[in-house]
Amino acid sequence: MTAVDRAASRAPASRAPASRAPGSGFSRDRFEIALLRVVRPVVIVLLVLAALVPFYYMVLLSFRSLDSLLQNPGALWISIEELDFASYVEVLAPVSDGGQGFVVFMRNSLLVALGTVGVTLLVAIPGAYAISRLQFFGRRQVSGLFLAVYFFPAILLAVPLFVFFTQIGLRGSLVGLLVVYVSQVVAVSIYTLRNYFATIPASLEEAAAIDGCNRLQTMRRISLPLAMPAIVSNGLFIFMIAWNEFLFALLFLVERRDSWTVSLGLSQLSGSIEVPTTVLMAGSVILTLPIIVLFFASERLLVGGLTAGAEKG
Amino acid sequence: MTQVAGGPGLAGAAPAPLERSAGSRRTRRSRRSAEENRAGLLLISPTLIIVAVAVVLPILWAVALAFQNVRLINIRGTGFIGAYTLNNFVEVLTSPGFLGALWTTLVYSVCGTALAIGIGLIAALALRKPFRGRGLIRASLLLPYVAPVVAATFVWSTALNPQYGIVNWFGTTVLGWAEPVAFLSDRSLPVSIFGWQVELPIALITVICFEAWRSFPFAFLFLTARLQAVPDVLDEAARIDGATPTQRFRHILLPQLLPTIAVLCVLRFIWTFNNFDDIYLLTGGGAGTEVVSVRVFDYLTARGDIGAAAAQALVLAGILAVLVWAYLKLFGRQEEQA
Repeated sequence: MTAVDRAASRAPASRAPASRAPGSGFSRDRFEIALLRVVRPVVIVLLVLAALVPFYYMVLLSFRSLDSLLQNPGALWISIEELDFASYVEVLAPVSDGGQGFVVFMRNSLLVALGTVGVTLLVAIPGAYAISRLQFFGRRQVSGLFLAVYFFPAILLAVPLFVFFTQIGLRGSLVGLLVVYVSQVVAVSIYTLRNYFATIPASLEEAAAIDGCNRLQTMRRISLPLAMPAIVSNGLFIFMIAWNEFLFALLFLVERRDSWTVSLGLSQLSGSIEVPTTVLMAGSVILTLPIIVLFFASERLLVGGLTAGAEKG
Repeated sequence: MTQVAGGPGLAGAAPAPLERSAGSRRTRRSRRSAEENRAGLLLISPTLIIVAVAVVLPILWAVALAFQNVRLINIRGTGFIGAYTLNNFVEVLTSPGFLGALWTTLVYSVCGTALAIGIGLIAALALRKPFRGRGLIRASLLLPYVAPVVAATFVWSTALNPQYGIVNWFGTTVLGWAEPVAFLSDRSLPVSIFGWQVELPIALITVICFEAWRSFPFAFLFLTARLQAVPDVLDEAARIDGATPTQRFRHILLPQLLPTIAVLCVLRFIWTFNNFDDIYLLTGGGAGTEVVSVRVFDYLTARGDIGAAAAQALVLAGILAVLVWAYLKLFGRQEEQA
């Protein structure tokens, strides 16, 4: 298909200048095409470098020792002998053994992220179904409200939540954070799922209703299985948001080190001088790796999920 | 003839049963719609409750806090009702840093949005024609967007570090800089361009570049999706008519992409305007990069002045709402056409 495509696109391109400027040899069209043939690969290479080099640098530093970094900051590769896993050992080891305790942070992040995914989907799937399928009072207003929530400055929300959690002494609790995360992502989750539910033909559900299913049964047996791709991609998307989130974690958890998430732990430790940069780079890799693995494993699904929310036309 | 005669006959016979069934159908429909109404509300209510408790109520409370004299010390007794006062707004609007922070926020969001969408557009156009490995390249271009912000800022600040960062190493040894540049902690950098001495706000430029790097994939993703929907016939026809690549972009592709670009502008502007994480993590709001959200955070935690923090956040949200409203008023019609 690509070969045919390319042949089709090349044929008129080479014909057009010839027919317009016979013999002139050097038309604007030919010049631009020649220029683009050079510029395009250069641009692509530059973009890929810009996107990937920081991550390469991250991995590179995580395997070097601090001494070798300070001695030779410009080294862009390392030999096998130089490979140093000490950073990973230090960053993962519990605080009592002189490490940084990232295993605990990872557990916290995982708990909060999985909890957020579970609760959000549990709440958002029926909600999205209702908004896409059922005519109920205030349906339009509810959609508008959710969209407004999505665009609201998080910092405005942070002020009262900070006060509230301080008052009831819930600061430092992962459950409080989870509730806030759910409230933040449930709107966008409903929005994307709704769009997917709308693409499922209503006749399938009507057929099930005629066969004697009530609404819950129809949802469970027809709509849910059909919407599975969207639900999975939505879940991954929520997981990433919750895993990456920083502001609310900073506000609510900062005083209790044993409930820090990976993001918070990394940012807090990078402020102190005692922890070497290379060790924190290992922490960065630990923070980033799950997201990148998830992303490449589910890229096809996820890219659909990312655009499904606001795509037009 | 018989067919014509049969027409009115049928039509005349039909109304009576139809009317009756319509009546019963209407009651059935209203019963059905009442049931649907109830089911809909039941299914949506968990979401509504969560949003009401964790979003709407706090926002109302933030408004109430903005009009009260609340500090972190007297936080225990604070509620919705209190001695309302305008002091916070007076204090915030007259404090020296606020207008500066607001201006920085605007510059940061406008430049960040424009750069991100510009780079995203270039990337989408460059990767339009299929080639071997395009899928992988597309996916890897999305990495800056999906990677955790804390890790990304940490790598950037390490790479830009004056002592051991690779950028300064490259600058001093390869490009021949006289001395390393403190990209994230220098307010301004004197640079001579063709004999002109210019003071570059280097920290602000750096955080804008970071924003562009981090969010261009978002624009790239949307523009790629839109480009795929542009029918090839248009391009082909223009090409046969002798339009050059830049002409085809200007007259064929760009009009098709404009609605998407407009939506992207709104989305990216809102998110950049509200952005807290990137600047807080890169510079902590120092060196001329203090945006309003970072200022709110400082008031909230460092100063413990909750009332002023709420007032500033409210002003931020209000300005954002006005800007977005004005934008939609000005350009809303074009978007609807799309």
